[in-house]
Amino acid sequence: MSKKITETKIEANDLCVYYGAKQALHRISIDLFEREVTAFIGPSGCGKSTFLRSINRMNDLVPTARVTGNLYIDGVDIYHSSVDVVELRKRVGMVFQKSTPFPKSIYDNVAFGPRLNGITDRTELDRIVEESLINAALFDEVKDRLDSSAMGLSGGQQQRLCIARAVAVNPSILLMDEPCSALDPISTAKVEELILELKKQYTIVIVTHNMQQAARVSEYTAFFYMGHLVEYDKTRKIFTNPSKKETEDYVTGRFG
Amino acid sequence: MSTKRLIGIFAIGAATVAVIAIAGLVFSTMGTFLVKGLPNITWQLLSEAPRNNNTEGGIFPAIYGTTLLVLVMSILGVPIGTITAIYLNEYTRAGAVMPRVIRFAVNTLAGVPSIVFGLFGLGFFVQFLGVGLDKTFGNTEAIWAKPALLWASATLAALTLPVVIVSVEEALKNVPQEMREGSLALGATRWQTIWKIVLPNSTTGILTGSILAIGRSAGEVAPILFTGVVYSLPQLPDGISSQFMHLGYHLFVLSTQSPDVDKTLPLQYATTLVLLMLTFTLNFAATFIRSRIRSKQFR
Ligand SMILES: Nc1ncnc2c1ncn2[C@@H]1O[C@H](COP(=O)(O)OP(=O)(O)OP(=O)(O)O)[C@@H](O)[C@H]1O
Ligand SMILES: [Mg+2]
Repeated sequence: MSKKITETKIEANDLCVYYGAKQALHRISIDLFEREVTAFIGPSGCGKSTFLRSINRMNDLVPTARVTGNLYIDGVDIYHSSVDVVELRKRVGMVFQKSTPFPKSIYDNVAFGPRLNGITDRTELDRIVEESLINAALFDEVKDRLDSSAMGLSGGQQQRLCIARAVAVNPSILLMDEPCSALDPISTAKVEELILELKKQYTIVIVTHNMQQAARVSEYTAFFYMGHLVEYDKTRKIFTNPSKKETEDYVTGRFG
Repeated sequence: MSTKRLIGIFAIGAATVAVIAIAGLVFSTMGTFLVKGLPNITWQLLSEAPRNNNTEGGIFPAIYGTTLLVLVMSILGVPIGTITAIYLNEYTRAGAVMPRVIRFAVNTLAGVPSIVFGLFGLGFFVQFLGVGLDKTFGNTEAIWAKPALLWASATLAALTLPVVIVSVEEALKNVPQEMREGSLALGATRWQTIWKIVLPNSTTGILTGSILAIGRSAGEVAPILFTGVVYSLPQLPDGISSQFMHLGYHLFVLSTQSPDVDKTLPLQYATTLVLLMLTFTLNFAATFIRSRIRSKQFR
């Protein structure tokens, strides 16, 4: 078996994020690898979401947020003034903690992104919708009711619909902010299975409070604490033999 | 028992009595109109023009004029109000200067007496815009520079702008932030997000806003007094530059401008009832739709 070559997809360099006067992230430097799942763990308020949301510049929506340092995707500094945020977000998909299907039909939810990109041809849209739903392991459950409202789906189905919606625009990165925190164990297992499947195509960054989940789905884990990146390593190493005391305390459940 | 509590109890008691008294008066007045007006609401009343110095015939031109008036008003006012609400709610940050200025202006607008709107309409729409239009088009006789349905509608639109803005803003606020983020995260622009996600989920609010605006303005006479209403017309208005008859104004005419006021009494009751029913139905519809939006679930 040939050894997999890991390439850097996302690179942060002294990235700091402030909300007003409050600094939420302190000089984060990290390389996230292509077609790998990286988990972000750490106690509440340590800045996991903040970092995740700086990767697709969702923090731009927070009026008080300010970013310094650099963040490169495929070598391009995404905070450079020449970068089109709208284009960036098409390449960096995001799945939120609270599943947020639009109050439209299942079909229209998935077709939303492709339509933004100007795809109007019905057969083309049909193909994308089907493919995305298959990729999100949802197609079999909804194929007979694509035209019914997405609001009628269960929580787990809604979350997978949001994943389908995100992959429908064909991004290369998928950011997931606690995608399973509102789901029951069966739905969680389905989404985790899905993540392992999706990693063949996408670079995935997932925020989770669930240590077992991080251990199950990720290859690399980054531990954040009070706005600092404390430790970043292979997941196995983080959970069995961390080099920092804070990491050990956290993963063994002594705090957080 | 302390004096403070006694005063409190007394205040609440007095307020309750006052509310009951006022409500009683209002309802008994409406009861009177219902009893005396209902028998006079006939097909003839609803379909014919007044005859014989307003003592016979119906009030169709006034119904027609009122309907046209509120229709044109909605066409003018609802888009402007909606755009303002979108600007305030979607494009500006809380605390910025511009939205605060606009909000202050809107609140002030809501407190201006309606007769002042009438004067404003005469000065701004008829004498400034109207004259300007006639000059631009080189009209030799005044086509726009006179009171007209358009100017009366525009004046009412200005009067009801705060109502529309508040309703639409309420609806926009009801659209969860996560929904906007979900759209933006897919690479939608801000405008695409508004157009495809926010607005479709606010249509009920926009509808409520328009209905409330219509309900609020259908009976207003002062703003249209100088800007377009007339007490009698040989024919129905044939365009937005025509003058028109109006239910509220017609009531005033019936009760004060007739040589024989007693003869117009049945018509007065009937006209009042028609106006009341119109306003009530609209307000009721708005309240109903609004309660539906509030309970609408976004999950
Ligand atoms: N919009 C905001 N305005 C001001 N401060 C914010 C904002 N969003 C986050 N913060 C602050 O930034 C810090 C990091 O928050 P963040 O949401 O990134 O934490 P988190 O690690 O994702 O926490 P959780 O596990 O609870 O989701 C916190 O102290 C938080 O209060
Ligand atoms: Mg978070």
